[in-house]
Amino acid sequence: MSAGDAGASPAAVPLVELVGIEKRFGAVRANHDVSMQIAAGSIHGVIGENGAGKSTLMSILYGYYTADAGEIRIDGQAVAIRSSQDAIRAGIGMVHQHFMLVDTFTVLENVCLGVEGGFRLGEGMARARETLAALERDYKLEVPLDAVVGDLAVGIQQRVEILKALYRGARILILDEPTGVLTPQEADHLFRILKSLRDEGKTVILITHKLREIMDVTDRVTVMRQGAVVAERRTTDTSRQELAELMVGRKVLLRVEKEAAKPGPQMLMVSNLSVVDEAGIARVKNVSFAVHAGEIVGIAGVSGNGQSELLEALTGMRPATSGHIGLRGEDVTARLAAGAADFRKLRAAHVPEDRHRMGLVKPMAAHESYILGYQDDPAYNGSILNRLGQIVQRCLKAMTGFDVRPPNPHLRSAAFSGGNQQKLVLAREFERDPDFLVVGQPTRGVDIGAIEFIHRRLIELRDQGKAILLVSVELDEILSLSDRIIVMFDGHIVGECLPAQATERRLGLMMAGVADVEAA
Amino acid sequence: MQAPGGALPRWVDIGLIPLLNLTAAFVCSGLVVVAVGENPFKAMVILVQGAFGYPDLIGWTLYYATNFIFTGLAVAVAFHAGLFNIGGEGQAYLGGLGAGLVCLYLGPHLPAPVIIPLAILAAAAFGAAWAAIPGWLQAYRDSHIVITTIMFNFIAAALMTYLLVNVLIKPGQQSPESREFAMSGWIPQVHEVLGWIGIKMPASPLNLAFLLALLACVAFQLFLWRSRWGYALRVVGHNETAARYAGISPKRMIVLAMLLSGGFAGLVAVNELMGVQHRILLNFTGGYGFVGIAVALIGRNRPVGIVLAAILFGALYQGGSELSFEMPNVKRELVVVIQGLVILFCGALEQQFRGRLAAWFNRAKG
Repeated sequence: MSAGDAGASPAAVPLVELVGIEKRFGAVRANHDVSMQIAAGSIHGVIGENGAGKSTLMSILYGYYTADAGEIRIDGQAVAIRSSQDAIRAGIGMVHQHFMLVDTFTVLENVCLGVEGGFRLGEGMARARETLAALERDYKLEVPLDAVVGDLAVGIQQRVEILKALYRGARILILDEPTGVLTPQEADHLFRILKSLRDEGKTVILITHKLREIMDVTDRVTVMRQGAVVAERRTTDTSRQELAELMVGRKVLLRVEKEAAKPGPQMLMVSNLSVVDEAGIARVKNVSFAVHAGEIVGIAGVSGNGQSELLEALTGMRPATSGHIGLRGEDVTARLAAGAADFRKLRAAHVPEDRHRMGLVKPMAAHESYILGYQDDPAYNGSILNRLGQIVQRCLKAMTGFDVRPPNPHLRSAAFSGGNQQKLVLAREFERDPDFLVVGQPTRGVDIGAIEFIHRRLIELRDQGKAILLVSVELDEILSLSDRIIVMFDGHIVGECLPAQATERRLGLMMAGVADVEAA
Repeated sequence: MQAPGGALPRWVDIGLIPLLNLTAAFVCSGLVVVAVGENPFKAMVILVQGAFGYPDLIGWTLYYATNFIFTGLAVAVAFHAGLFNIGGEGQAYLGGLGAGLVCLYLGPHLPAPVIIPLAILAAAAFGAAWAAIPGWLQAYRDSHIVITTIMFNFIAAALMTYLLVNVLIKPGQQSPESREFAMSGWIPQVHEVLGWIGIKMPASPLNLAFLLALLACVAFQLFLWRSRWGYALRVVGHNETAARYAGISPKRMIVLAMLLSGGFAGLVAVNELMGVQHRILLNFTGGYGFVGIAVALIGRNRPVGIVLAAILFGALYQGGSELSFEMPNVKRELVVVIQGLVILFCGALEQQFRGRLAAWFNRAKG
């Protein structure tokens, strides 16, 4: 690892150089003539919409795929990276979006997994412990080595992943969408770690679709669109607006333009609601709030603080243990406890938080996912057989209306990109003209162009007088869409505020469980 | 997406790959035949001729295939709901009790057009009921269906032995069999039916239950892909959380899937007892329930695949017995080895050629 340490001046040979990378998957050109230079000791951002080819490119660099054409050079030398072992040998480490950790092992065991060093475990572990202590000191990565990984907070698990890569001798660290699961404070901490890694001579490649992160932490940024590099900038020379336009290829509105809400009569009334999960753990604790027609109420919070269970209770997927749910002034607690079919009969719709687990059935055709939840609708069913032609036709119409690409009802649901899957789910739920919508993470894993579209539709529905309850872990989204914001922590509502009075810092503190100091 | 090597043309996936797997299985079987000192090519000829060489031999092959279609559908319908029903054997056995009771006690008093549908329904109902208990236990008591269905096979065997030895046995007889059904409970055999319209065919046990099996395939297809309950059942099988999201009760669908599964298995009795044996006898299910697992696996849980796989196994059963008859060194057990190799290559090693084929096809495409 001597060459990388020596070359400090930017004019020197770049540490990583990608030259003319090509990669096709069938008819799809995932990467086309991608060239990129990454200087040693820098933080290099790669930004682009979903499907822009950034993950494919990094998978090629890390050896998951081999490029159809092109070359990877490290320290100016062409290298063949055919597997992740080759990548590790070349000093490349990867921190995946979804962690590759064994929950029931300790941190130390996870870090050593696969590189135990010899037959006797104890010896290797002892050696590892020493090395890790040094690494932790050097890079300010505080991690309790003997804690069981499953017990750690997500932010700390991510540090374990970073430690794992460093322990394997990585000098180039690839992070794939690292902040998706973190609180703003945890993300800031991660960025501090990345900066100290850079200052110690490591090179960081940060893949993200979040503009804020690029602006906050990177030195240079490469913008990708439709498989190709469209621009490269020094971060200090560019702006959020420019990057967004480069990513999408046209002007985008970063803020949602909307008028003030005109709340109507009360739609949803939740009083003293508590929910317990399968394991018997209380997830929602004595929660009360209301949503009125014509307003969007946003629930902010780090994921796993009871939002999911609250949504499930409100939508008939999980019975409440105590408390009441009222809709249009009528107590519907018992009806909801009977299942989600009754929820839909109440002219309510549910855009689920996790479209892969709930929103659609991935191996099924798009038209089959399109009737999920409405499978008993008389419009879809004859006396014995269903009206397949009718279903396909309506699905096609919805796909055209919501710009789902490709508009092919017979394609497997899994074959659509995240944004298009989400649009299919939204089409299904919005089309029924519900009065009350429960919307969870509407733009998770969705590209900027689609986010704009989805946000506009939500505002339109609000302006038509629908009551919308929005749950999102994206603070930007909560801030720009909501008319009122509720913050959940550990199953409680810890605060409520208007978006005008909400700062990221104030919300972040509430999300971390600190009682609201600036209570309005 | 999960298949290794990426997408392949459809004809490769459903045509070439199964054919390659089958060829590999037969090559291996050939080596086994060589090992016992026989000529593998001759053995192959005997096997194929024994299964398809004459109309009556085809009849035997299709008669076996009928059982395998029923048990294959039974396994497949449960599989579409995400359940692994290993209890086809016991459910078929109980189906025999249902059909048998109707034929034994109502048969002498009612004509065939009443008795036959009634007995078919009883076979399905008894099989369904026997499968519903493990289904209910899985849905509402969290007992694993694999374990309970296996146990229910044993319980079915014990129950039927008891009934046949103590209750249903024909008076004044040693072997545990019921008395013969009245003629009204007999399903016509194909050679008889052909005889009525003047076509001569040597006798074989193939009977009209084969048509019932094909009908069951059509019903299976329509139910799963064209009815709302079939839709709900598949949603549960793919993704239980999505089912709850959609207001579908997974518990109810699990019980429904097991009812249908047991119902299909129970129909084995229609072919075996009403079509051929005309009495209830000990162990008439002869392992058909277990072979159904392999049939569903190789047939990819689709009706057309199941029919083809059932005919394959029917041919192996029929041709195999001819083989052990013609070649003294090839014992009955060796035929079972060949069946095992088919299951191994078409089931467990199903994807072995896929990666290489995919690479080859991608290169050919440029």
